[in-house]
Amino acid sequence: MADTLFRKVWNAHAVRTLPSGQTQLFVGLHLVHEVTSPQAFDMVRQQGWGVPFPDRTFATVDHIVPTSTQRRPFLDVMAEEMTTALEGSCREFGIQLWAPGDENQGVVHVIAPELGLTQPGMTIACGDSHTSTHGALGAIAFGIGTSQVRDVLASQCLSIEPLKVRRIDVNGALRAGVYAKDVILTIIRRLGVQGGVGFAYEYGGSAIDRMTIEERMTVCNMSIEGGARVGYVNPDDTTFAYLRGRRFAPEGAAFDRAVKSWRHLASDPKATYDDRVSIDASEIEPTVTWGINPGQSVGIGERITGDPADEAFAFMGFTPGAPVAGARIDVAFIGSCTNGRLSDLEEAARVVRGRRVAPHVKALVVPGSHAVSRAAEARGLHEIFTAAGFEWRGAGCSMCLAMNPDKLEGRQMCASSSNRNFKGRQGSPAGRTLLMSPAMVAAAAIAGEVVDVRTMLRGVPA
Amino acid sequence: MNSESQTSGFSPRDQGLKANAVVSASGRGLPLRGHDIDTDRIMPARFLVAVSFDGLERHVFEDDRLADPAHPFNSDRYTGASILVVNTNFGCGSSREHAPQGLLRFGILAMVGESFSEIFQGNAAMLGMPCFVASRESVELLQTLVEGTPGIVIAADVDTGIVTAGALRIPATVPGSLRDAFLSGQWNPTAMLLDRFDEVRAVAARLPYIAGY
Repeated sequence: MADTLFRKVWNAHAVRTLPSGQTQLFVGLHLVHEVTSPQAFDMVRQQGWGVPFPDRTFATVDHIVPTSTQRRPFLDVMAEEMTTALEGSCREFGIQLWAPGDENQGVVHVIAPELGLTQPGMTIACGDSHTSTHGALGAIAFGIGTSQVRDVLASQCLSIEPLKVRRIDVNGALRAGVYAKDVILTIIRRLGVQGGVGFAYEYGGSAIDRMTIEERMTVCNMSIEGGARVGYVNPDDTTFAYLRGRRFAPEGAAFDRAVKSWRHLASDPKATYDDRVSIDASEIEPTVTWGINPGQSVGIGERITGDPADEAFAFMGFTPGAPVAGARIDVAFIGSCTNGRLSDLEEAARVVRGRRVAPHVKALVVPGSHAVSRAAEARGLHEIFTAAGFEWRGAGCSMCLAMNPDKLEGRQMCASSSNRNFKGRQGSPAGRTLLMSPAMVAAAAIAGEVVDVRTMLRGVPA
Repeated sequence: MNSESQTSGFSPRDQGLKANAVVSASGRGLPLRGHDIDTDRIMPARFLVAVSFDGLERHVFEDDRLADPAHPFNSDRYTGASILVVNTNFGCGSSREHAPQGLLRFGILAMVGESFSEIFQGNAAMLGMPCFVASRESVELLQTLVEGTPGIVIAADVDTGIVTAGALRIPATVPGSLRDAFLSGQWNPTAMLLDRFDEVRAVAARLPYIAGY
């Protein structure tokens, strides 16, 4: 019978229907970080449950790590305690941990695909809402809370209800200077920040088909910003080429067998969906959020509309009818699990090369992982950024959520390649965030204000 | 509240031990108006730099409360309230369980709203806190009633799907199988998940990526 990838993967992992009516779902890959796990490990310990599948859980430290130096002990004693707690728990239960300073450390949603841990057809869970990122490789990946982290540690399972599936087709060609970030911001703007509640988003269509895996990760990453807990792209040759040769990917004949099985996972052409939406890629502009949720965005050439009584206007300092272009920025942040990968840094560097950051702007680049840092440095990107006046930092979540020393101050306005523009998100209760693509952040850093990156890309080689 | 684990003094140590049925919740209301209130606002990230949930009740809505002295969580009128009444997409954003943990420790036992984010609703359920979903009109009536009469007692019934406050009676349901989980006392699922573990191992053994493709 024709079916979607979501339902095929779900059925393969369903253990049974629980007496509560929920499904007991096996989790093939469990990713752990320092913020949402210590209480879970404590509960497992107190109940004497143990961790029956330690080789299916992998841990790293990303949210609280300083990006200026990863030298231990951290200056923040609580951050040090959290890291020590995770190190102790991983030792106790036999879980692989990539700690600060390790060559594989980085943002959990950057390192797992990078290492080949994320594979098509897996169920993946992590105590982090951006776990949807892993759907870019055809996995079904859920963000979960700490009590569920406890459940997965203790049983490798979740008690969970199935989702409906909405197919989102993005057809046509993206124009130059328009990126995956603009695609997902446009989808969220169209369907709303709660439009995806109860749904998994399946992204497809010719524009998605042409995207690299890193671009697909940007799209899937922000599914949750549209209310959808899960987002994915059907696996294809791009997926298989990405996986080949990665550390945890199957090798040799096993890889060929894996590809064969992965192909069968993709949604069948005749599969039925609970909803379908179509978006014309050619109409998407470089997109910037102006408000306090990720659905409040406009194309760079548009004017902001909305109810003047919406608290977003007063908080952000915009008025209805104003453009977002020309908004003065204080900080520029390039990084995060949304846009902290090599291709993001390359696109930003294209804009930055030979230019200078505006004198009043503090600009920083935070690679998503040590591996991204190494690859970027091998290409000389760090020199392009530092020559322009950007700070080149170590790997971590950094100013996306400001749990480490990287924070906005006062009412600073930040052009950010991250995923959330919530009030206070970047560490200052009054701080303001404008979400946009890394290339747009780079352009804003140089101009000192929000500008159309396309004006800076003219004549720049691809 | 029928569940013993909902009384004051709740701590994570109790979880898994007292998986009692949650049939109803009652108490004074706390109306919080606004859409898309995210978990960063409920519990700012700097309070997540800790290895336990202890003390989070002190930081619920901290930045919003500092910015707005009239914030309902600051108001003496709602002191001791235990039923939070909200609008749409409450708890969106980050999956941090610190948000419902903070609300629970603050004294909130249940929530009534137009809609909730899926992850937040699931996290709250894991703590025995039901989220009741009601129509926009019903929530408006309830918020207005509580704002006018802060002492009024709200009674929310998981089984009947009815929320009452004085003469007001509105339909408000706990969605999906969460309702059954509350009524059967199985909202804390770890024991169930461990119950027939041979079946878990059998599923694992069949998965291509575990079997080696």
